[in-house]
Amino acid sequence: MISPNTKDTPLAVLKAKDFASDQDVRWCPGCGDYAILKQTQKVLADLAARRENTVFVAGIGCSSRFPYYMSTYGFHTIHGRGPAIASGVKIANPELDVWLVTGDGDGLSIGGNHLMHVLRRNLDLNIMLFNNRIYGLTKGQYSPTSETGKKTPSTPLGSLDRPLAPLSIALAAEATFVARSVDIDKNLTDVLTAAAKHHGTSFVEIYQDCNVFNHEAFAHATGRKGLEKEENLLRLEAGKPMVFGKNRDRGIRMSGTKLEVVELVDGVTEDDLLVHDPTDRNLAFMLARMSYPEFPEAVGVLFESECATYEDLVTQQVEMAKAKRPNATLRDLLHAGETFTVEP
Amino acid sequence: MSSADQAAAPAAKPSERLTSAVIRFAGDSGDGMQLAGTQFTDTSALFGNDVATLPDFPAEIRAPAGTVAGVSGFQINFASEDIHTPGDAVNALIAMNPAALKAHLCDVEPGGLVVVNESEFDKVGLRKAKYPEGYNPLDDEQINTSYQLLRVPITRLNSEALTESGMGAKDIGRCKNMYALGIVYWLYGRPLDTTIQFLENYFIKKKNKPEVAQANIAALKSGYYFGETAEIFPTRYEISRAEIAPGTYRKITGNDALAMGLVAASQLSGKELVYCSYPITPASSILHSLSAQKHYGIKTFQAEDEIAACCAAIGVSFAGRIGVTGTSGPGLALKAEAMGLAAITELPLVVINVQRGGPSTGLPTKTEQADLLQAMYGRNSDCPVVILAPSTPGDCFEIGIEAVRIALTHMTPVVILTDGYLANGAEPWPIPDVDAIEPIEVKHATDPETYQPYERNEDSVRPWAIPGTPGTEHRIGGLEKQHITGNVSYDYENHQLMTLLRHEKINKIADHIPPLEPYGDADAELLVLGWGGPCGTIYTAVERARAEGRKVAGAHLRHISPMPRNLATVLSRYPRVLIPEINMGQLRSMIRAKFLIDARGINKVQGRPFLVQEVSMAIEKMLDGSWGDAEMYMPRGGQLILPEPWND
Repeated sequence: MISPNTKDTPLAVLKAKDFASDQDVRWCPGCGDYAILKQTQKVLADLAARRENTVFVAGIGCSSRFPYYMSTYGFHTIHGRGPAIASGVKIANPELDVWLVTGDGDGLSIGGNHLMHVLRRNLDLNIMLFNNRIYGLTKGQYSPTSETGKKTPSTPLGSLDRPLAPLSIALAAEATFVARSVDIDKNLTDVLTAAAKHHGTSFVEIYQDCNVFNHEAFAHATGRKGLEKEENLLRLEAGKPMVFGKNRDRGIRMSGTKLEVVELVDGVTEDDLLVHDPTDRNLAFMLARMSYPEFPEAVGVLFESECATYEDLVTQQVEMAKAKRPNATLRDLLHAGETFTVEP
Repeated sequence: MSSADQAAAPAAKPSERLTSAVIRFAGDSGDGMQLAGTQFTDTSALFGNDVATLPDFPAEIRAPAGTVAGVSGFQINFASEDIHTPGDAVNALIAMNPAALKAHLCDVEPGGLVVVNESEFDKVGLRKAKYPEGYNPLDDEQINTSYQLLRVPITRLNSEALTESGMGAKDIGRCKNMYALGIVYWLYGRPLDTTIQFLENYFIKKKNKPEVAQANIAALKSGYYFGETAEIFPTRYEISRAEIAPGTYRKITGNDALAMGLVAASQLSGKELVYCSYPITPASSILHSLSAQKHYGIKTFQAEDEIAACCAAIGVSFAGRIGVTGTSGPGLALKAEAMGLAAITELPLVVINVQRGGPSTGLPTKTEQADLLQAMYGRNSDCPVVILAPSTPGDCFEIGIEAVRIALTHMTPVVILTDGYLANGAEPWPIPDVDAIEPIEVKHATDPETYQPYERNEDSVRPWAIPGTPGTEHRIGGLEKQHITGNVSYDYENHQLMTLLRHEKINKIADHIPPLEPYGDADAELLVLGWGGPCGTIYTAVERARAEGRKVAGAHLRHISPMPRNLATVLSRYPRVLIPEINMGQLRSMIRAKFLIDARGINKVQGRPFLVQEVSMAIEKMLDGSWGDAEMYMPRGGQLILPEPWND
């Protein structure tokens, strides 16, 4: 959630470029991170976010250089621990708008534990997980989201690990906002805007192209290499049937307890299709598991629910304790319990 | 007639006046020995004795009942004189079962009093304690001649006393610690009120179980009356009030004092404090204490692991509040990388390490002070931090305030090295006058025109601008910083400069800490230098040696990094230096390396504090020339031996 300006002075109108820092951006030319950076700066400007009130926290990796390029407060921390640092920032000062930038290695491998716990606690912060299915900064080893059999410098005969699905992890960890987008897709702005407005932890997986070590890993979702992206993406809209395809001629239907792709022909109509209900965690889980090429991959908001935030509950407990003992002094604390006095 | 009157009534039996006594309660983990010991401590402290305690419990919550592994002990030294240790030899042992006798008899002084719960010395009990088949220690002639062995069927007498209570056999059995406590209260002429009041508060007000309170009180009184009427106790002991300085006192443990120190620091700085921690023995009670202080604006965060706890505390500091994390040895190892982040980003951070036996999981409930080098050097690259070590349980309060003061005003991680002995040990503590404590003043950078994240003041400290302040937006992180601007810099000369500046900043803190003040003889032949838990024992040993006419001095090093400015001068004043430590010689190696002096060590790593006599032996050996070339000795079986693996 973007916190409202409570000061008397009116806000300066900031443009996207006002959220850019004076540092040179040092990602490789053609990296998907550039598009995400631009979109984020635009979203913050559109939402009238305040630079002084915004904190970008990141772990380690290419994606995690993000804070250096923002003109807000920023903290580039250590590998995988961004969620814990961001939690500390938000618990200490719930007024701040906190964003956490992480990647598939940072967030799901070394920092997997912290990601799970930040999600279940539901602090009001926005997590962007840049998924490029590769370790870029360390020059191309396979990551926890790389496909099995991937040949990389550390797996010359192909990787043996089975990949993780980030959205499944988020949903299982009781996340209250789960969404997906693609670095160069037009819906990234909408998804980030919705994530920013969500009161609670928002988790956005962003397919991001590492054009050096894993180029076109998401060609199916970006429409490159001659692929048609609309055939491979399911654009979710709350209350709308799940139609996709360049000609909007295919859809997702329930078949028993499973999802299936159907053609909208031979009497099959939109009425037969699933209608997106972002409040249904089980449905979201099924949508999160749809993967190319068998299924179109879901983009947009898969799941959203309202639930008290951790920092609000912490503050409430403190306020309740203070109300119960409004005049407690340090002297009271030291003299609590049994004391005895030795007279001079 | 109130219990206080009973206790004050002239004893019908002969009574012996003592200046101090060391008693130890020992029983099964489920026997309530820690409670009995704590109650005896409270009563004695309120009575006006000086007290020092040594709780000793197994790492397992409930090892199999009746086994030696499951024995839990609580030792109290109480005196009419000033004391600084929980005592060397035990004068009176209360053993609630055969296993407790087996585990603790070796610490009882020759001729000492041993009260055993005879009811438990049956075949089953003896077998569980793994005594040889057919052997009963109560019938052992050597034990009977070496100690005053008193057999009291505590379990049976307690059951008989509570037959009318209406409680089940199991609940009645739970009261036997109070029966035993009653006996000991009678033996040492203690009033019962404090414990009766505690039982009423706990079982009636808190648990709403008045019948349990009544049963426990009945057991306590029955034990007391048993002492009075039974003909088996040859004598009673009297220990008068200690002559202690006027003032208001309370009993305090190190962990409680540290928690209070942190609350005080929050109040003194006007800054919210967030304590981020992951449960670990013996540090958890700090988390428990602080989570009950929310009415002072204290926030607590039980993180998912040690790393997260340290990182969250760093996030708290970045946001402009006081970030504190607490742990024990293995947890400090996990926090190392995050502490490096706090060092390079030059953010305030307080890290509490309640040391325990190691390496690895080691001896979770036993004390050690072997994390000094880890605190000093246990991070990648050159990464200096501040290290403080309290020397008594009460000193933990002061250290808590000082750590926050240094962290906030010098923008640095500060490690507090306390230990299991200080954390759980208790002493009477003169409650300080809070108005006399200097406030902690913190200035935040707010001027966008002049703000540079890594500019430095005369103490080489960078300014602290916090999120929420317009115009001072900046980015920090784990990458090397350019001097003044704080931008990422890979410049080689800049890295050397920044490494120097990080060292210089820590070294300059020495200008703000008090000089080391040794006690004892100015013309001493020997300086006994200590830090942390052993300081009380060292003090006692030094004073004893002086009372015997030796020229000895002692000193407590509270500031280990940076060290006091006058330490080199102090060390050069004495021909010999002895450093007793509960580790293999960590401060000794630092002192030898830094000051090029031939400091010697006595090093004990048995999960237990030094005995005074062990330090006394080392002092004697240093002074009479029998020490030789050895860098260190270790205590074993009442002797000091060279540190070679046991050969028997």
